[in-house]
Amino acid sequence: MQRKTLLKILILFLVLNVVHVNAQHEDEHTESSELSLKESQKLERKEYIQHHLLDSYDFNLFSYKKDNGEKAHVGFPLPIILWDNGLQLFSSSKFHHGETVAENNGNYYKIDHNKIYKTDASGTINYDDHHHAINDKPLDFSFTKGAFMILLTCILMFLLFTSLAKSYVKNGGISKGFGRLFEPVVLYIRDDIAIPNIGEKKYKRYMPYLLTIFFFIWFLNIFGLTPLGVNVTGNIAVTVALALLTFLITNFTGTKDYWKHIFDPLGDTLPWFGKIPLYIILIPIELLGIIIKPFSLLIRLYANMQAGHIVLMSLIGLMFFFKSWFGSTLSFGLSFAISLIEVLVALLQAYIFTMLSALYFGFAAEEHEHHDEASAH
Amino acid sequence: MVGAGLVVIGVGIGIGRIGGSAMDAIARQPEAYGKIQTAMLIAAALIEGIGFAALFAVS
Repeated sequence: MQRKTLLKILILFLVLNVVHVNAQHEDEHTESSELSLKESQKLERKEYIQHHLLDSYDFNLFSYKKDNGEKAHVGFPLPIILWDNGLQLFSSSKFHHGETVAENNGNYYKIDHNKIYKTDASGTINYDDHHHAINDKPLDFSFTKGAFMILLTCILMFLLFTSLAKSYVKNGGISKGFGRLFEPVVLYIRDDIAIPNIGEKKYKRYMPYLLTIFFFIWFLNIFGLTPLGVNVTGNIAVTVALALLTFLITNFTGTKDYWKHIFDPLGDTLPWFGKIPLYIILIPIELLGIIIKPFSLLIRLYANMQAGHIVLMSLIGLMFFFKSWFGSTLSFGLSFAISLIEVLVALLQAYIFTMLSALYFGFAAEEHEHHDEASAH
Repeated sequence: MVGAGLVVIGVGIGIGRIGGSAMDAIARQPEAYGKIQTAMLIAAALIEGIGFAALFAVS
């Protein structure tokens, strides 16, 4: 019974959708000629997708066109924090979604290509030959949409996992409540990621980091698939920070053997005059490897999330491309299928990041292999 | 652009071969499923990284 009503609602929704798009099509058709319309819409779609991929200064849930042609935005503003001869703190609602100049304490600011520039009262922005703005840029510490989502995820994770930890104490070692859902995941990370890669002896030191980074990336990836329209892990600054943490932990917890492996990989197998020509090539490669490892981590996460969002948005855009019942159905089916794959990718990328971090920590923490080899020779 | 396309073809072939070989390995030793899967994912992720690097070099 319930399923039938659900199905009916779904069908109704689809039909309404098609009718709506068709109606829109009729409206716009009368407005201007077909070619320019097509091109402007193509540009609009492209801009919309690019806009979605970027961080923004206000939390915009959705926007629509009112009957009188005015654009309406639904969402809430976030604080703008600038350092420009003193602290400048004001609400991003002053920008009116990047359309107007914001004034604060006699300073004028304008958003151009998602960056804040200092301007005069009328908001003129000067460009150089390559169409880059040459206005002064104040130091920008704004609490953006991405920062907001990161904070939200932190609070969510804190509440979830402290309640899970408390429930172990309360119920004598058995978890209860919603946090229980994550117990198998935590155990999986311990038994199948940390212990095999780092080793029985030292894995405990790295567990907090591995668990945090796994759930952090996973939750943010999943949030990226919700209609909130955030793209935090698809922001290269975020992935750089995450990879930097892995880089620092790897190198600061590195043992003597880890550094020996980098600066003296051959050990006692060759006399010193035999090693020199080899080391001229080997040591730079090993040193480069230290940087390339976290670099590949950050590029992988960033590119995967970015690509996933672009594909999903483009498929939804098909609906406006075909403008018929066929396009709507196709777009719905395809984007539904890709959404399911994206849910898998969200988990997979969190897994890969954690897995490779654990692998690098394993390299850094290993101690025994060299001694065993030396005694075998 | 053409270079990026070539790289993507190469990455596709590479990941395909890894996946295929992993399937073979799992069919031969189903009990080693977990280990094979982990190794497969790591290798695939490393190759994928190169593909993305090429794409970003172009764009």
